[in-house]
Amino acid sequence: MSTPKDDLPDTHMDALYHEVPINTGGETIHAKRAPGLFRTLKWYGASIWLILFLGPYLRWDGEQAVMFDIPGRQFHIFDITILPQDVWMLALVLLFFALLLAAVTSIAGRVFCGYFCFQTAWTDVFTWLEEKLEGSPLQRRKLDQAPWTSKKIRIKVIKHAIWILIGLLTGISFTLWFGDAPTMWKEYLTLQAPLFAWVTVGTFTFFTYVFAGFMREQVCFWLCPYARLQGIMYDCETILPTYDESRGEPRGKLKKNVDENNKKLGDCIECKQCVAVCPTGIDIRDGQQEGCITCGLCIDACDVIMDKIKRPRGLIRYASLDEMEGRPQPTIFKRPRVLMYLGIILFSIAGIIYGLNTLGALELKVLHERQPLFVLQSDGSIQNKYVLKILNKTDAVMQVNVSATGHPELKLVGAEEPLSLPNGRVSPHTVYVRIPNAKLAQDTLPVYFHVQDITTPEHAVEYKSMFFSPKK
Amino acid sequence: MSDKKTNQVGDTGHVWDDNLRELLNEPPRWWMISFYASIAWVLVYFILYPSIPLIDSHTKGIMGWTQIKEYKEDLEKIEQVRAPWENKLKGMSAAAILADSDLTNYTISSAKVLFGDRCAACHGTGGAGNPGFPVLADDDWLFGGSVESIQESITAGRQGMMPGYASQVSAKEVDDLTNFVMALSQGNGDSQPAGKALFDSSGCSGCHGADGSGMHMMGSANLTDGIWRFSSQDQLESVKYTIANGVNTGEDTARNAVMPSFENQLSAGDITKLAVFVHQLGGGQ
Repeated sequence: MSTPKDDLPDTHMDALYHEVPINTGGETIHAKRAPGLFRTLKWYGASIWLILFLGPYLRWDGEQAVMFDIPGRQFHIFDITILPQDVWMLALVLLFFALLLAAVTSIAGRVFCGYFCFQTAWTDVFTWLEEKLEGSPLQRRKLDQAPWTSKKIRIKVIKHAIWILIGLLTGISFTLWFGDAPTMWKEYLTLQAPLFAWVTVGTFTFFTYVFAGFMREQVCFWLCPYARLQGIMYDCETILPTYDESRGEPRGKLKKNVDENNKKLGDCIECKQCVAVCPTGIDIRDGQQEGCITCGLCIDACDVIMDKIKRPRGLIRYASLDEMEGRPQPTIFKRPRVLMYLGIILFSIAGIIYGLNTLGALELKVLHERQPLFVLQSDGSIQNKYVLKILNKTDAVMQVNVSATGHPELKLVGAEEPLSLPNGRVSPHTVYVRIPNAKLAQDTLPVYFHVQDITTPEHAVEYKSMFFSPKK
Repeated sequence: MSDKKTNQVGDTGHVWDDNLRELLNEPPRWWMISFYASIAWVLVYFILYPSIPLIDSHTKGIMGWTQIKEYKEDLEKIEQVRAPWENKLKGMSAAAILADSDLTNYTISSAKVLFGDRCAACHGTGGAGNPGFPVLADDDWLFGGSVESIQESITAGRQGMMPGYASQVSAKEVDDLTNFVMALSQGNGDSQPAGKALFDSSGCSGCHGADGSGMHMMGSANLTDGIWRFSSQDQLESVKYTIANGVNTGEDTARNAVMPSFENQLSAGDITKLAVFVHQLGGGQ
């Protein structure tokens, strides 16, 4: 029986529901590795992660150059020591990187994913090892299907052992940033590291092994929030690896003896090299899609073929949608989105520079006692009680003078002698301020506390508080 | 299209609305692994921890864990943090504690709770005082403001005494005395010569001193400052009442002003801590 639905032309429905096939993990991607410009760039980009492995061994003035001392509540970055009180700058650092990501994505796509992301970088190294041990993608597929012989077992054991070793090294290197590197290595080698360190190393090893060894592009597809997020930041002006459809279509096998001027087919010869080299296993000719990490390896592959068939390079190239559709493209600095991102980036940089320049050696907070707010003294003066919380950020105990201003008859009690501030932490000091009641014109009065280092008078801070007295 | 693929999966035979079928798809492997892992986890948990209720008890679990045990272990941890401080404080005098800023800070934090429990009901939070109960944050002390005197006040308690003068002098004379004492507190006692003469002749100066500045030995109030032991909205009436009826005379009309002894309620160490706490409230001498 025929229903009216069946009468609709098939092509219509197909076009409407044409779906790009997505690998949901059922198939392991064995991408071909081919040399080229973007391949080289990818190595350079990924090499930024050498910092993770080598950074902890860097020395500065006899100390570890960068150390995030969590138990000691101190971050050491070369000459700078950052205490929890300065951590607001961390927010600006995060803002800077978030907006840098946004700006770069808006201009040139998922540069982070393609060249810098740890997931794709580690996967790249893992598959490079796989190729060294198991051979080309074809050989790898064959080996996967082959029965378990001693040779296969040997190869697989070696591969997984090296993978786990890399994972272990990743985890250990990560933890070295949080303690003294040589000491921690000694602890690891003598199996005496604290449990927390082992758990961290174990977690890193496990996830490095599973994510880079097995899940690979599936992490980008299903786990990574950035992969979803970055797609939103594209617009028509963003340059992305793009298949030039007008030049390539209709695609078809290259036939010999066809007159160049008489050809009916486009430049795409359906060699599928772009698909073969793709680390996430997508077909770029289906257009921009979620799986594309914009690594440009398909451009390398296609250019080689174009050279071989003597056609101009760039059938797949970094291009924007505007360019593909023949619209004029505004320059980068005329794009409001880019300008907005750059503005926020400049703001965060300015904030960080300001913060680093005003780190200071002292920090003062004054807490006014509220119960009682004020007390009448026997000499007829009103007394307010304050707790000075003074943070000494230097490495040595500091002797400071405390003074208070705000009223000509003001008397500060409790800080007659210089205060001794322990280094690297906040210490509370109770002081009292007395002002004759008869000399007070209003019931609240601003008072200013000054704390000044005796040996280095430039180390000085001020804090404004209030003085309360009975209703006038 | 995609129907080709689903056709290969078997169904339960349940077909409705012409072409809707209930398929027999396997649950995802990760889901089944998590499922069995959860069952294994429950078994392990039941063996390790108290879990199955019995009629008058429950299974104990081989780890011997109980809530109250964990609570006691945590308490012990707190004690361990306090121990080095408490050991240092043991046997130390209040004055010695005050000489060390770290020890003083620890003592203040530690005594805050004691003060809230034992003292604040009368003397107010932070020693702000209450009607009829002295302010502890000022520098006017009936029995002395040194930390030793404060410690003694807490240990043994205090009870000052002032006789009522209503039966000894006339009402007019009570008024004269009141006016003099009020003027004295503002620094111009000489403006009330009648009251001043009565102050000396009636025996007031015997306790309050010739100049009216009080004596710590007897706990007599300093009448020359603006701070009143029994303060009120109408201070004149309040002073008159005190002069007429006295303090702690045993009569019903007299003012009642008793600081209890804490010797039997608190340890000597706790009293030392409280003395330090009160001393730094604002008026310690």
